[in-house]
Amino acid sequence: MAADLSGTPLVEMRDIRVAFGGVHAVDGVTIDLYPGEVVALVGGNGAGKTTLIKTLSGAHKCDSGQIYINGEPVTIDTPRDAKEYAIETIYQTLALAENIDATANMFLGRELKTRFRTLDDSAMESAAREVMGRLNPKFQNFKVPVNSLSGGQRQSVAIARAVHFNARILIMDEPTAALGPAETAQVTELIKQLKAEGIGIFLISHDIHDVFDLADRISVMLQGKLVGTVNKEDVTKDDVLGMIIIGKLPGEASSTELEALHE
Amino acid sequence: MTDGSARPETIETSGEHAEKTPGLVAAFRSMEVDTRLIGMLGALAVIWISFHFWSGGTFLTPRNLWNLSVQTAAVAIMATGMVLIIVSRHIDLSVGSMLAVVGMLMALLQAEILPDLLGFDHPLTWIIALIIGIAFGAALGAFQGAIIAYVGVPSFIVTLGGLLVWRGVAWWMASGRTIAPMDSTFQLLGGGSRGTIGGFLSWVVGIIAAVGIVLLLINSRRTRQRYGFALRPLWADATIGVIGVGVVLGAVGYLNRYFLPPLLAQRRLEEDGQVWPEGGVDIPLGLANPVLIAILVALIMTFISTRISFGRYVFAIGGNPEAAELGGIKTRLTTVKTFALMGGLVGIAAAVQIARLNAAVSGLGQLTELYVIAAAVIGGTSLAGGIGTIPGAVLGALVMQSLQSGMVLVGVDAPLQDIAVGVVLVVAVAIDTFYRRRST
Repeated sequence: MAADLSGTPLVEMRDIRVAFGGVHAVDGVTIDLYPGEVVALVGGNGAGKTTLIKTLSGAHKCDSGQIYINGEPVTIDTPRDAKEYAIETIYQTLALAENIDATANMFLGRELKTRFRTLDDSAMESAAREVMGRLNPKFQNFKVPVNSLSGGQRQSVAIARAVHFNARILIMDEPTAALGPAETAQVTELIKQLKAEGIGIFLISHDIHDVFDLADRISVMLQGKLVGTVNKEDVTKDDVLGMIIIGKLPGEASSTELEALHE
Repeated sequence: MTDGSARPETIETSGEHAEKTPGLVAAFRSMEVDTRLIGMLGALAVIWISFHFWSGGTFLTPRNLWNLSVQTAAVAIMATGMVLIIVSRHIDLSVGSMLAVVGMLMALLQAEILPDLLGFDHPLTWIIALIIGIAFGAALGAFQGAIIAYVGVPSFIVTLGGLLVWRGVAWWMASGRTIAPMDSTFQLLGGGSRGTIGGFLSWVVGIIAAVGIVLLLINSRRTRQRYGFALRPLWADATIGVIGVGVVLGAVGYLNRYFLPPLLAQRRLEEDGQVWPEGGVDIPLGLANPVLIAILVALIMTFISTRISFGRYVFAIGGNPEAAELGGIKTRLTTVKTFALMGGLVGIAAAVQIARLNAAVSGLGQLTELYVIAAAVIGGTSLAGGIGTIPGAVLGALVMQSLQSGMVLVGVDAPLQDIAVGVVLVVAVAIDTFYRRRST
């Protein structure tokens, strides 16, 4: 069930460049994302996936290049800007404040207020219970500091935070890294459900099986450059591995290079 | 743990057996009280009782406790602000010197500047001096906060610089002179025999506080009910209510047994046109103004740190600065606001201090920064950031002041006093660290 790729892309990142000192972390990368589509962003460690995606989530500014949302050029300088465009991010580090509770983390920066402008903790807890009821019905620890939760529970909090605010564009950086098999299955289900709702998802993952299970298209990065973007249907896992490791598109790599992959 | 039962979620982490074993520990758990706070109250009780016996029965007298409450006020006021500073992973070493600068400014205003402009003893002098002082303190704090947040100089360095700079400025403002006296109304901020609210109003304050405690408990039950969250057992709420009301009214009743000395009482009565009866009459001083100010500040600061988004941001920044930034919080602005708030509180504390001394000197507040930081830290504020409470800091200030006053009362040599305070600070934090490590 691939998304319709004929209209205007939800997100288009054109010729994005980010350098740290002399190192080109992201070097002229162009990718796009359509509504209801999952684009997997893969590549080895240090390929620049996370840095690229951070320019979209507002955590980093890009040195040059342009981001378009629904065809309109936009400037995203801060995480607040990204949220204005309904871009939500689940970071690999989860980005939770360990000392405050799950509810407070979910609403961090976007607290619900009473009519006296004070924090409406009860309303927030109620809303948190509702979202979490959909994601992870077993989760009950809304009032304890996040640092006493398990890895899976923390991941649930981070995911709940991203989906609660009606995201149209969702960035998931290794969303299943800390999860057991059952929880991973839940996240997989969730991604399919969100996709069906027309949300566009950038999925960063190390797990080639996850990628083939969930993605519609796969963009491969190597050393800050985009190797290429392929439709999942058109390629094999070996093709993608070849792109990740050798940096050559399917058909370009020689048979000896491909055989070397399996040694 | 996450079986979805209706058990209160705060209990879940500490064990499922809480309801089955009706021991003392379980009872405490059901009441959901902060064990750290209970521990500090216990430590305070030990200090008080020890000094009481050591001093031959003079420590726990209404007179001494009344003095203790007044002496604690200034440090307690500043410690509430220091909690937020330390929680957000900063430090403010400049509060003692800022106290001197702001105190000096307020003193100059009412002793030299405002009398020229408004005339001597003008009824508005005190409030103008106070407002300008608080605003100036907030501005100094905001200035330091801006350097920390936007230039990126560590708060330790900025406020270490501030410690030296403001102390020098305070001297320079009056060329080292002592500025006195203060405006007669302004003096009331410092306590003293006239700067109190009397016995009757003290009872009124006590009763308002008692009613407030009961209303808060009822409101918390109602909100939990409305959203269908687990309720604390009724007996637990009732116990907390009875203890809270008992402590408040007991404290007011006990402090109200500190009476004006007969000579002052006689003069006071005759001023009011009444006759001094045969054998005299006891006129309680009641709660002192600085104590009321400190209580009010502590309430407002508790509200700020727990009930509005600014306070939540401060804690989030302390827990994980990167997460706070990614959450869209304006972390730099929050830092500036935190330091401005600290500066404003220094302004209030400075007013209390110079009003109590009825003078300002450039040496005002020397070493106070260390007492303020110590109060916050003894009160459970973690220097690693993210953890701390306002009531804890106020209790910490009370512990520090109790130690000091107690040692003065029993005549401990001054160097030995410093040694004792230093040792207590380290031991208190050591115990706290040990306790924290075990509980996580």
